[in-house]
Amino acid sequence: MTGHPHDHGHAHAPAAAEDGPPSEYARLGRAVREILVEKGILSAADVRRAIEAMDARGPHLGARMVARAWHDLAYKARLLADGTAAAAELGIEMGPTILKVVENTAAVHNLIVCTLCSCYPRMVLGIPPDWYKSRPYRSRAVHEPRSVLAEFGTVIPDDVEVRVHDSTADLRYLVLPRRPAGTEGWSEAALASLVTRDSMIGVSLARSAHEPVETA
Amino acid sequence: MSDTPLRRHHDMGGLPAGRVERADHVLAAWEKEVDALLVLLSRQGIIRVDELRRGIEALPPDAYDRLGYYERWIHSITAALVEKGVLTQAEVADRVATIAAREEAER
Repeated sequence: MTGHPHDHGHAHAPAAAEDGPPSEYARLGRAVREILVEKGILSAADVRRAIEAMDARGPHLGARMVARAWHDLAYKARLLADGTAAAAELGIEMGPTILKVVENTAAVHNLIVCTLCSCYPRMVLGIPPDWYKSRPYRSRAVHEPRSVLAEFGTVIPDDVEVRVHDSTADLRYLVLPRRPAGTEGWSEAALASLVTRDSMIGVSLARSAHEPVETA
Repeated sequence: MSDTPLRRHHDMGGLPAGRVERADHVLAAWEKEVDALLVLLSRQGIIRVDELRRGIEALPPDAYDRLGYYERWIHSITAALVEKGVLTQAEVADRVATIAAREEAER
């Protein structure tokens, strides 16, 4: 797993985008936005509202769905049968995309990726993390998922099948992690606190019942 | 066929690559604006997600690797808007120059 000559996928430095001087592309974005506003194609308020909607979406939405499924087996059945409709039940609209929820069990562990770009269940998890969009993750998740999982500190026993789901622009996957032991009788809100973004991508498991919840 | 590439640059599933760096960053304001532009333009049917992807996948491999994520997006959005005649390359270039001058004056 040492460096490979093809490994130049993270040559671009996303972290610099917010620290350094405005890049030529930041100017390009501003230029296009200003022209579109002047032409009346969109308004500054439209842009602000779209950004507010983006900021309001995040893993807490997916966590609500997972916690509901752990708490309510009838909801879980509906979630696995039709993720888009089950999201709508909780007031979460998938827009033009279809949501397919894949369940981790004692026999199967699921992992999601988008090898071609960055397709991600944004409506229930928010914006994807940089590593999800990186060359190493996109390249390797499909052919050596256990090595990738180990890099996240997640070791899946050999007798558990690992299934990798390659997302498309139209079809987005979400992992339903296994419910942690020792959570019998927990409220949905308490259960939701154990559901991390990474556990719904499949690179980690849900928090254990005894793990302190990060406040970040 | 031997000199025909079997896959394009963005089609990287299964290729060797290094460790996954668990990097992430909070999106800068301009990155969120670019994301919002695509959301609004696709809602109006002006640019479809497939068209965004076509523009990104058409980037030469070195540019694909060099550009940041939303840099690829705004490159593609701009190209699609020019292609569709919504705006012109000259309008964009003029406005970029105006913005650069504005930034210089504010410094």
